[in-house]
Amino acid sequence: MPLTSAFIIPCSLFDILKMWSLNNITGIIHDWLYQTFSPTWALTFEMVIAGVAVIGLFAVLGLILVIMERKVSAWIQIRLGPNRVGPKGMLQSLADTLKLLVKEGLTPGGADKFLFNLAPIIAMIVAMLLMAPIAFAKDFQLWDLNIGVLYVSAVSSIMVISILMAGWASNNKYSLMGAMRSGAQIVSYELSAGLSILSIVVLTGSLNISDIIYSQADGWWIFKGHIPVIISFVIFIIAVTAETNRAPFDLAEAESELTAGFHTEYSGMKFALFFLAEYVNVFIVCAIGATLFLGGWMPFHIGNWEGFNHVMDYIPSSIWFFGKTFFLIFVIMWFRWTFPRLRIDQLLNLEWKYLLPISMFNLLLVTVIAILGWHF
Amino acid sequence: MHLVITLNGETIKKVEPHLGFIHRSIEKMCESLTYRQFIYVTSRMDYLSAHINNQACALCVEKGMQIEVPERAQVIRTIMAELTRIASHELWWGAMAMDIGAFTPFFHAFREREKINDIMEETCGARLTMNYMVPGGVMIDLHPDFQRKVKEFITLFKLKIHEYDELVTGNIIFRNRMKDVGFLSKEDAISYGCSGPAARGSGVSCDIRKLYPYDAYNKVQFEEVIETAGDSLARYMIRIKEMNQSVHIIEQLIDNIPEGDFQAKTKAVLKLPKGEFYTRVETARGELGVYIVSEGATTPYRIKFRSPGFSNLSALDHMARGSKLGDLVAMMGTLDLVIPDIDR
Amino acid sequence: MSNEELKTKITELLPAATFDESGEWLNINVEPSSWLSFAGKLRNNDSLFFDYLFCLTCIDWKTHLTMVCHLSSTKYRHNIVIKSKLDAGKPEIESVSHIWKTADFHEREVYEMFGVNFLNHPDLRLLILPDGWEGKNPMRKDFEDAVNMIKL
Repeated sequence: MPLTSAFIIPCSLFDILKMWSLNNITGIIHDWLYQTFSPTWALTFEMVIAGVAVIGLFAVLGLILVIMERKVSAWIQIRLGPNRVGPKGMLQSLADTLKLLVKEGLTPGGADKFLFNLAPIIAMIVAMLLMAPIAFAKDFQLWDLNIGVLYVSAVSSIMVISILMAGWASNNKYSLMGAMRSGAQIVSYELSAGLSILSIVVLTGSLNISDIIYSQADGWWIFKGHIPVIISFVIFIIAVTAETNRAPFDLAEAESELTAGFHTEYSGMKFALFFLAEYVNVFIVCAIGATLFLGGWMPFHIGNWEGFNHVMDYIPSSIWFFGKTFFLIFVIMWFRWTFPRLRIDQLLNLEWKYLLPISMFNLLLVTVIAILGWHF
Repeated sequence: MHLVITLNGETIKKVEPHLGFIHRSIEKMCESLTYRQFIYVTSRMDYLSAHINNQACALCVEKGMQIEVPERAQVIRTIMAELTRIASHELWWGAMAMDIGAFTPFFHAFREREKINDIMEETCGARLTMNYMVPGGVMIDLHPDFQRKVKEFITLFKLKIHEYDELVTGNIIFRNRMKDVGFLSKEDAISYGCSGPAARGSGVSCDIRKLYPYDAYNKVQFEEVIETAGDSLARYMIRIKEMNQSVHIIEQLIDNIPEGDFQAKTKAVLKLPKGEFYTRVETARGELGVYIVSEGATTPYRIKFRSPGFSNLSALDHMARGSKLGDLVAMMGTLDLVIPDIDR
Repeated sequence: MSNEELKTKITELLPAATFDESGEWLNINVEPSSWLSFAGKLRNNDSLFFDYLFCLTCIDWKTHLTMVCHLSSTKYRHNIVIKSKLDAGKPEIESVSHIWKTADFHEREVYEMFGVNFLNHPDLRLLILPDGWEGKNPMRKDFEDAVNMIKL
């Protein structure tokens, strides 16, 4: 039949793609290690590989997101962006990182040296720890712990400590003001971010990230959960934009008011760590958003349309995950290059007078939906 | 400029400007320059409306020498002054949005400003400090392409001005940042000597182009834009509407540039008669006054430039007290402070 | 209001004032001692209502200084120029910064540039010149700066 033959060629292409998807690669490595070494050594090697992979991913993600941000902003601002180093300027952020690496790391005279040097390291550690429960592809997850969602919201709130530390230890008025602003901001917005995450937890009945993803096998929560889930998705995006200190909520580093906010006094690699941590944090919150609301690595499935779902499965799960995550990152970058900055009192008003009551009421609605089973 | 701000948490208690970081003492320099030379130094005062500064000086010398400026020169001056005003407001719009935290408008504003700079470059060879004015007219005649390019610019600008409104004016964050911020009452605006959009935002009618018309302003129809709210949003809206009015003025003049001389015949060495001469013009920031005291020599005995920014800045402390730190940049943005203009 | 009307009005307020009509606007010469009370009357008199001080400066005539004040009325749109002759050695005049608030900055500028001492000024400090500036006032005619000034 002509129809079937038309399908055969793309399907074999998908098979090749699938073979190279991330879960297959990990499976191959895992099998090979256990066949070659004793289980103890194999486990040790796996842990080392995972550690190196996280550090590598941390650096690579930082570089990719920096160049992406610069290209996106250039596109929005009708200019070219970096276009000298490497093809289309793609190596620009690598060159910048090299420059930052060889720069002198200054510590200001009046600074608290221990805290000043500790702060960027904490920022980096937090960002790395958050990588652990994220499912990058099907069965490709460092640590599928049973309280994944709780872990993410607990660890991400350590970030504020590093910012407060940096602001306080710098002994600089701009840094201190920036740190105080971001302290108030992160603590406030954590609430509505947590509440909107909770609405998915209520629907799924699990804190485990892979459980949440598998619960979306018949459709993503944003489509299944009616309007309340869409509302909590919007609140989630607003709250995480604020939590990662990005415009329009970048009061902590408002350059026209506070020079550079909490990292005014940082230079060289210590500054680069803050910079990378910020971008990795953006990646992580977008990954969490994609996991909870858009199904993580789960392909686009519609209820019981078996044929359609089957075709969708041919696209590797890692592509689904990164596609969704980078879409959300793009949205957050879009915010940054479009909106003006809020004022501190407006920022707190928005959270405490609007977002928090709305997300509380919304959580109640979601709970009713979950109990009565009104979702698809 | 350096602002020393006394804060209570995020609330401003006092703002003290420290000036003079780029003070070049242009007034003192002018005392040793001839009446033809000193005009060009004034481009460096308010560099964003350099052309209008030059115009003010030329007008003042013409007033002293009683030179009759040919009609063609008057019209050219007016068109160029209005183009400068648009360019200045464009830069203000971008820079102010940048102060508020939005980066993108800056580039969008510069896209159109570039077109004006190109026209300026083609006409007089310079893009920022034009030096196009001489006592008695303008230095050289218009480029043959001038009218076509200006018309092209107007067509483009009318399309793009809506983009500005969509990107910034209608944005809810922006409106909340601007509304009821930096309130200046009508009485205070007058008492602080505010002029230009800063005063018109408080309901003071102070457009020198309307009140004391110079060059070709009495031949064109335009509205003096006045808002009564007195807050930052009012000052913002005035500048946006003023750009439209400037386009309106150019539209009336561009097809009616009279033929004739572009410069009156003047003596090589100008000697102003003994006496005092004062001219007022409306720059993009407000009222610029040029006060020449002459002793009958080839150089002025004393020159005073009454710069709009200097008086507008003095109202900043009054406006800022009690508001948040983030509001200060909004206020400074809508006052449109150009530091060389304040420092001179 | 025409110059003649202004003259009669002002003579009522300050009989000692002398007039000079050679310029564009009516010039009024007043004694420094009577300036403050005269300024208050100009600002508050309903038929004069000079509420807008748009230029306050000083001229160094070597033998003496002249303080020049350009006033305008936003209600009646008439302008006058007030001049006051000051002693070159010890120039002193009352501050009008509480009548027109803009005078605050303008007087500070004149203070540092010409060395005019404004009595009862709320905050008479250096505004433009750097802190710790010592020596003569830059806008005076006898000011010399061997490093930064080039004689043409």
